[in-house]
Amino acid sequence: MLILDCPCCGRAADETELEGGGEAHLTRFGPGASDDDFERYLFLRGNPKGVHFERWRHAYGCGKWFLAARCTTTLEVFGTYAAQTTAPPPEIVAAIKARRPNWEAPV
Amino acid sequence: MSTRLDHGGRLIDRDRPVTFRFNGKKMPGFAGDTVASALLANDRVMVGRSFKYHRPRGIVAAGPEEPNALLNMGRGPRFEPNQRATTTELFDGLEAESQNHWPSLEYDVGAINQLASRLLPAGFYYKTFIHPRPAWKHVFEPVIRNSAGLGKAPKDGDADRYEHFYWFTDILIVGGGIAGLQAALTAATSGLRVTLIEQTAHWGGRAPVDGAEIDGEWADEWVQGAVQALETMPNVTLRTRLMGAGVYDHGYVLGYERVSDHSPADDQPRHRLWKIRARQVITATGAIERPLSFPGNDLPGVMLASAVRDYAVNFAVSPGQRTVVVTNNDDAYLTALALVDVGQTVPAIVDARPAGGGELAQEVANHGVEVHLGAAIAGVTGRSRVEGVKITAQTGTGTDPTEIACDCVAMSGGWSPVVHLWSHCGGKLTWNAPLAMFQPDPERPPTGADGQGFVTAAGVAAGVPIERAGEGLSNFQTLRSATEAAQSVCVRLGRSVGDAAMPAVREVETAPLAPVWIMPDGADIRLREKMWLDFQNDVKVSDVQLAAQEGFESVEHTKRYTTLGMATDQGKLSNINGLAVLSKALDAEIPQVGTTTFRPPYTPISMAAIAGEARGKTFQPLRRTPMHDWHAANGAHWEPVGHWRRPYCYLHGSETPEQAVAREVRNTRANLGLLDASTLGKIVVKGPDACRFVDMLYTNKMSTLKPGRCRYGLMCSENGFLSDDGVVARIDAQTFLCHTTSGGADRIHAWMEDWLQCEWWDWQVYTANLTEQYAQIAVVGPNARKVLEKLGGSLDVSREALPFMGWAAGRLAGFDARAYRISFSGELSYEISVPAATGAEFWDLLIEAGEEFGAMPYGTEALHVMRAEKGFIMIGDETDGTVIPQDLGLDWAISKKKDDYLGKRAQERSHMTDPERWKLVGLETMDGSVLPDGAYAVGAGTNANGQRNMVGRVTSTYHSPTLDKGIAMGLVLHGSDRMGEVLEFPGTDGKTTRARIVDPVFYDPAGEKQNA
Amino acid sequence: MPEARMAWNGAAFDGLAQVRELPVQGMISLRGDLASAPVQNAATEVTGAAMPGPRGVEGAGDSAIAWMSPDELLILLPHGTVQDALARMDAVLAGEHALALDMSDARAVFEVEGPAAREVLAKLCPVDLDPAVFGPGEMRRTRAAQIAVAFWQSGPHAFRLICFRSVAGYLFDLLKGAAHPAARVGVFDPSA
Ligand SMILES: [Zn+2]
Repeated sequence: MLILDCPCCGRAADETELEGGGEAHLTRFGPGASDDDFERYLFLRGNPKGVHFERWRHAYGCGKWFLAARCTTTLEVFGTYAAQTTAPPPEIVAAIKARRPNWEAPV
Repeated sequence: MSTRLDHGGRLIDRDRPVTFRFNGKKMPGFAGDTVASALLANDRVMVGRSFKYHRPRGIVAAGPEEPNALLNMGRGPRFEPNQRATTTELFDGLEAESQNHWPSLEYDVGAINQLASRLLPAGFYYKTFIHPRPAWKHVFEPVIRNSAGLGKAPKDGDADRYEHFYWFTDILIVGGGIAGLQAALTAATSGLRVTLIEQTAHWGGRAPVDGAEIDGEWADEWVQGAVQALETMPNVTLRTRLMGAGVYDHGYVLGYERVSDHSPADDQPRHRLWKIRARQVITATGAIERPLSFPGNDLPGVMLASAVRDYAVNFAVSPGQRTVVVTNNDDAYLTALALVDVGQTVPAIVDARPAGGGELAQEVANHGVEVHLGAAIAGVTGRSRVEGVKITAQTGTGTDPTEIACDCVAMSGGWSPVVHLWSHCGGKLTWNAPLAMFQPDPERPPTGADGQGFVTAAGVAAGVPIERAGEGLSNFQTLRSATEAAQSVCVRLGRSVGDAAMPAVREVETAPLAPVWIMPDGADIRLREKMWLDFQNDVKVSDVQLAAQEGFESVEHTKRYTTLGMATDQGKLSNINGLAVLSKALDAEIPQVGTTTFRPPYTPISMAAIAGEARGKTFQPLRRTPMHDWHAANGAHWEPVGHWRRPYCYLHGSETPEQAVAREVRNTRANLGLLDASTLGKIVVKGPDACRFVDMLYTNKMSTLKPGRCRYGLMCSENGFLSDDGVVARIDAQTFLCHTTSGGADRIHAWMEDWLQCEWWDWQVYTANLTEQYAQIAVVGPNARKVLEKLGGSLDVSREALPFMGWAAGRLAGFDARAYRISFSGELSYEISVPAATGAEFWDLLIEAGEEFGAMPYGTEALHVMRAEKGFIMIGDETDGTVIPQDLGLDWAISKKKDDYLGKRAQERSHMTDPERWKLVGLETMDGSVLPDGAYAVGAGTNANGQRNMVGRVTSTYHSPTLDKGIAMGLVLHGSDRMGEVLEFPGTDGKTTRARIVDPVFYDPAGEKQNA
Repeated sequence: MPEARMAWNGAAFDGLAQVRELPVQGMISLRGDLASAPVQNAATEVTGAAMPGPRGVEGAGDSAIAWMSPDELLILLPHGTVQDALARMDAVLAGEHALALDMSDARAVFEVEGPAAREVLAKLCPVDLDPAVFGPGEMRRTRAAQIAVAFWQSGPHAFRLICFRSVAGYLFDLLKGAAHPAARVGVFDPSA
């Protein structure tokens, strides 16, 4: 049962207040995109064992979406941050590196 | 003979006698007894039969590890099977029955199984019943079904109440023995919030029973002092009868409080499930004694040495007059001393160790008790209870034993720390070889959100650091470990603790334990077949050895193959012994063979406690519209729509629902129908970028909609599939009101917010879900305008002022109202919305005003029939998450001019543009009957599996009261090009229905009525 | 004028705490940039309450401002004054990108009052209700069993809860069950 700090309202939210939204930082591809790009956007997910960036909505709280960097094996949370980003911010990357020195940010 | 002693019993109150029934027989007991202690006090040694062989079984333990004494408790709506006699507190009037026997506990037919035990070896489930196949069906299964299972399933609804409780604490300490108390005393000095929970009704755990001396006083007195001190501290919460059931991620702990199991008449909730969030958890859960594996160790009267001590000291019950103690460690000598103390006879101590014990052994010897060193029990005599033991050399094969008469055997195979809670969330174990036990590895604790350990074991539950293993599981070690655990936990939480007072403890010098896994060591198969490892599931030493022989090397596989440790006690007594036997059979070290995974709950908890408030009226939220009560009072036949309840139809007199629906349809088409449409989703979208946003949401170009006008629109997922539909009203330049389906309001609102927050966060748009703010009523039929005009008010509903697909706001009979001229039925129709708090009154008014125009309410089914007659699709009927709007002939609602909308790219994929996709058509049966819902149409030829090719399916089907025949819609291969063709729909009843492909608009294709 | 009916007919229950439905409360949902002066002014002018910070609620009784999310306020007003207040707010918000809507009818309001009120809520909501942690001035949006609720402390031993109107009966039944007179937990400091 996770607890995630919602960066939007500042509450430590119990998992039962949250809704998961899958992998974060996907790039949307629309009309005109190649089949490969569109496939990647719509269907392909990293599903990593280890560090994962994911979308959460504080559904029963402030209603806002936010992002979390979390380890899928230990459930360690490296940080939560605003959904209005296209890549993990430097402080999140630093927090992950501090705990997982061999981890490389996906390109 | 098992009896109540005349004196003593630290937990019973002799001034409060109680009466209970066991298998119908009245028996006396005392307040403070457990059912087990009261049964033993009444010489009820045998309390049940085992699962597989139906062997007689007696009480073995005095706590949650008890494998045998599982009883049916209570009756009627308070009946519950599989209740542990050892953890059930006695109360006046309690009723208990033994389980797993027929016709009676004493004479049991199933016991024949034990004569056939050679035929029911390890893995018998997998071996015996495979061949011959018919034997399984006709012989084995009926027999197994009749004799299997433990208790009876309850027949009545549960009469009790259950609830949840959310609790937050800095430090949760599980276990109220001396370790837990000492940890609490230490941690409390930090000022942090400390919660100490204990599964039994009593503080102190084992130490008072074992006669420990702390700070110069008997442990019981020290415990009382500690509890009193803790009770005065505002930052400490103490709770008994509250078991730590499971430890989960991020410091989540489930606590199981048995609030009123011991006082069922007092109207309290029976159980309370605590949902605890702790920043740090200390497990001070103690240890469980292990049985010894000697032949006949399952006979009633063979008990754990510690349990014999518990019954004597806590309940003044002596399970035997003559008790033989058998052990491989010093601890069991305490039992001999306790028994001698209360005047019972200990004819012999059988100590497997050639050198015997330490200081306690000396004390026992001083009492003149005979001690056999290097000795073993080679057999237990007696049929349904102990009559004697055969003593032999531990190193031998069990030949030439000496027989000693006794009626109780107290055994101790050493102790295993209770590591369950430590392990639940990933804490790892390490093998302590000198003490032959698994214990928590403090280097590999369960980790929390910060990646750091959040569970710390304390006291006996922590085991003993290997370098101090020589000290054994001493009281000093227990208190030191508890103190250190509390200190380190406080430091982890950023608080310093003062030098906690470490109480002085009188220490006893002990001799080391000898790992003894079977006795005697050289026992042959005949003896090993009588050594029980798992009492409840009837797993013997020979079964585990056979499994090893057959190639089962993994302990997890062996466990499943033999069913070792898979009974309701989850192997609390059997796991380590079974593992040791397996490792020996595999000639490997115990830690190499590994241990099984511990999973929550620690002991079974009631299903009702898990459900909590979610039963009866509060099983699920039930959503009611403002007019709900009117519907209920006027014959509503309900239909669940999500959590909403909507009238399916309104039953008049003795009407069937079908008749009511037909009446409602005809009346609406002929006169006036009223529909409670309040459940429709209503979402406001406003802002400078609102146009841009609705153009992305909907497939059509919504931004060209003029204020005051409405337009039907479709929303698709990024997969291109149709997800929701509804009418959009343009409120003003920057504002749209989007209607969604009843089930879709929350989902679509969340969908909008997702795109605004996570993709187009620079767009200036706000949304709000207004669904519950308004009651909405569809006023439908040729007389719709008349009734609204009769209401009067500033809202002009005339054809000129409010044409089809227009909307207007104003007052209707004093109500603030909006009228949307939209139609889902093909009739002249207005949807009127008023503030929800006035909805019921407005409905009443319409019913009354409509009377002269033939007004009748109609329900969801009439709505569905009328929309089908008109050829309108329904989300969830024509769509199923694989259907795109193009399949439904809705191309007119898809903008070709827009560069983008959600789902557009997906609809360009080759499979989506495939001309072979099935298309929506109308279906008209040849004989006027109603097509079966979901029926498939078959075409020529067969597929690769030899099945007839399918060329279409029915998506919705009704009897049309208007046309008086069966009408349907369906998706059909090349459907729109096959008008007039007749398809065959084979039904599940073997009959085939023939239907002609027609235009899906069955009623008023020119739209004259809705435009009227 | 039609009467504004309560969602659950003003139901009341006396147990561990007094549970009662309150009359329809005037409510305006205001979405906008909470740092902007017009948005702040619109909220404070119609209520007379101060602007709350994140997670806060300011004001008293029927007139208050509650912080709902980084771009949303809930404005509480006496029921009859909402339309007038909305008109005043529209004037203050002219030219501002904001959304102000009457939400009075969308919700039901309950009060839970009594020394055991905290534990009644703690049976239903995953919230730390320790008096040292949750006190006056705080708006908590969370869930009660299976529905969304929000609550704040409205008196020494009193809390107000709001939920959607359609589930008022469910919330009342939940509260009634949690406040069963024989279901005392007794773990919060009763003096707090
Ligand atoms: Zn939040």
